[in-house]
Amino acid sequence: MTQTDTRVGPATAGPTPGPARPFWTTRRRDQLTGYLFITPQLLGSAVFVILPLILVVWYSLHEWNVLAGTFDFVGTDNYQALADDPNLGAVLRATGLFSVGLVVFNLGLALLLAVLLNQRLRGTILFRTLFFSPVVVSLVAWTIVWGFLLQDNGGLNSLLDTVGVDGPNWLRGEGTAMVSVIVVQVFKNVGLNMVLFLAALQGVPADLYEAAEVDGASRLRQFWRITVPLISPTILLTSIITVVGSLQVFAQIAVLTQGGPGTSTTVLVYYLYQQAFQFHHFGYGATLSIVLFAIVLALTVLQWQMRKRWVFHES
Amino acid sequence: MSRDLSRRTKLVLYGVLLVLAIPFVFPTWWMVTSSLKPVADIFAFPPDLLPTNPRLDAYRRVFELQPFGQQYLNSLYIALVVTVGTLAVSALAGYAFARIRFRGQNVLFLVVLAGLLIPSEVTIVPLFQMFFKLGLVNTHWPLILVPIFGAPSVLATFIMRQFFISLPGELEEAARVDGLGRFATFWRIALPLSRPALGAVAIFTFLHSWNLYLEPIVFLSSPEKFTLPQALTQFVDAYGGPMWDVQLAAASMTALPVLVVFVIAQKQFVEGLAHTGLKG
Repeated sequence: MTQTDTRVGPATAGPTPGPARPFWTTRRRDQLTGYLFITPQLLGSAVFVILPLILVVWYSLHEWNVLAGTFDFVGTDNYQALADDPNLGAVLRATGLFSVGLVVFNLGLALLLAVLLNQRLRGTILFRTLFFSPVVVSLVAWTIVWGFLLQDNGGLNSLLDTVGVDGPNWLRGEGTAMVSVIVVQVFKNVGLNMVLFLAALQGVPADLYEAAEVDGASRLRQFWRITVPLISPTILLTSIITVVGSLQVFAQIAVLTQGGPGTSTTVLVYYLYQQAFQFHHFGYGATLSIVLFAIVLALTVLQWQMRKRWVFHES
Repeated sequence: MSRDLSRRTKLVLYGVLLVLAIPFVFPTWWMVTSSLKPVADIFAFPPDLLPTNPRLDAYRRVFELQPFGQQYLNSLYIALVVTVGTLAVSALAGYAFARIRFRGQNVLFLVVLAGLLIPSEVTIVPLFQMFFKLGLVNTHWPLILVPIFGAPSVLATFIMRQFFISLPGELEEAARVDGLGRFATFWRIALPLSRPALGAVAIFTFLHSWNLYLEPIVFLSSPEKFTLPQALTQFVDAYGGPMWDVQLAAASMTALPVLVVFVIAQKQFVEGLAHTGLKG
C-alpha cells in the first residue's frame, strides 16, 4: 500500500503538537467507508459463494435423503461411485465436445462477422443489430423455435427437401444432436463476442496496414501478422468467457435433447441436475459439482498461463 | 482494415452478410408470424412469411392454460429487483476497490474475484439445501439473492471497478477538498459519471435474470410461482408433445418486449457492452 495519498489533506497537515489528534482522522474515516462500501459484496460472496463451495465438499461425503429426513456420513462412497460410474466417460466426452465445438465455432464466426462489419460499407450498423439481436431474445424462446426448425418434419428438413437432400432427424441422431445444440447456442450468443472483436478491430491503428501494404504483404498475411496479434488480449478474454459459459450450458440441453440420444448430449451440468434433482442423489450431485469446479478452475489457470505465451500486449 | 472497396467487392460482401443474417433473423421472425397462424399452417412449407389469416387464438389460450400474467409479473419483478440490487452492490464495491485505500484491499478483491470461478451450477446442490433448511424453497428468494451476490454480481463489480479506475479523478478530488464526504462524492460526482458502465451492467444483469432456467426449475414447483422460461416449456398436450401455436405465442410475448427495447436503444446496448471494463 502506497502512502502518497494526496486526498488526505487536513488530517496530516498540522505539524504543531497541539491537543491530541481526534481518533477519527479523515484517513481513518475513509478506510471505514471503504470497508462499509465492500461489505454487501463481501458478505454476500461469503454466504452465497464461498460457504456453498465449502459445503459442496462436505455434502459430497454425505448422503441426504429429503423424504426420510436423514443426512448420513458415507465417507468416500460418492467418490468410489464416481470412479465406477459407467456414464462418466460419456458425460465428460460430451462436455468436452460441446465446449471445444462451441469455442471454435463461436470465436471463428464472431471474428468473421466482426471483420465483415469493420469494412467501409453502408448499413453495417443494421447488420450489427441483426447479428446481435438473438443475444436479447429469451434463451428458452430461442431454443424452442430451433427445436421446431430442427425436428424431423421441421423447417430445415423441408428446406433441404426442396434441393433434394433428405435431412437427418437432427435432434435424435447420435452425432447430429451435439452439432445441433452447439449451432443453436452459437447463433444465440455469437453477437456478444462479435461486438467485443469489433471494438478491438477498431482500435488497431490504420497506419500499420498502410505500412504493410507498402511492403507488399498480402491481406491474409496482414490479418495473421497484424490483426490477430493486436487483438489477442480480446481473443483471450472472449475465449475465457466462452469456455466458462460453455460449461454452464443447461437450458438448451434440457429443452432440445434432454441429454439424448443415449447420453450423447449429457453434459456435466445436465448430468449433475439429473443425479441431484431427478434421482435425488444429492451427495453424488455434490461430487459431480466438485468435478465441474475442478474443470472450470483448471481451464482458467491454463488460459491465464497461455496469456504469457502468446498474448501480444496487455492494455 | 477499413479501406475503400470496389463496387464488386461491396456487392459480394452484401451478399455474404445477407446470407449470414438468415439464421439470426429468421427464427425470431418465424416465431412471431407462426404464433398468429393456425397449427396446420405452422407446418406448411414453404412457410408464409406473413400469416394469411392472422388470429390471436393461441394468445388467448396461453392465459387460459397457465397463470401466464402472474408468471410474467414474476419474471419482471425478479429481474428488476436483481438488477437494482446488483447495481447497488457492485457500484459501491467497485468504487471502493478503485478509489479508496484501505488495509487488505488487494486480498479482499481477490476473494471477491474468486466468485467468478464459482458459477451457481457448481453450488446448486448446497444452495438448494441451504434454502430448503430456511424454508425458502418454492419462493422467489433464491432467484433474487443468489444472482445479486453470486458470480454475475462479481462480474458487475469487476466492470464497475475497471470503469472507475479509467475515470479521471480530478472532479472527485476537488469535491473532497471542498469538504464533501466520501459517500456524497461517490453519490453526487462519481455515480452520475458512470452511467455508461451502470447501463451495461443493468443490461447484462437483467438478461441474465430473465433467462435463468436451472434455478427456477430446481427451486420452484407451483405454476403461479414460475418464471417465464420455465412456463414456456409447460405448454404441452396430454402426450407431452409441445402445443406449438401456444408455445410460440408465449415465446413471442417473452421475447418481443426486450427485443423492442433493444432496437430502440441498440447503440447503448452494443456500445455499452463493448466499451466498459470488458475491453482488454
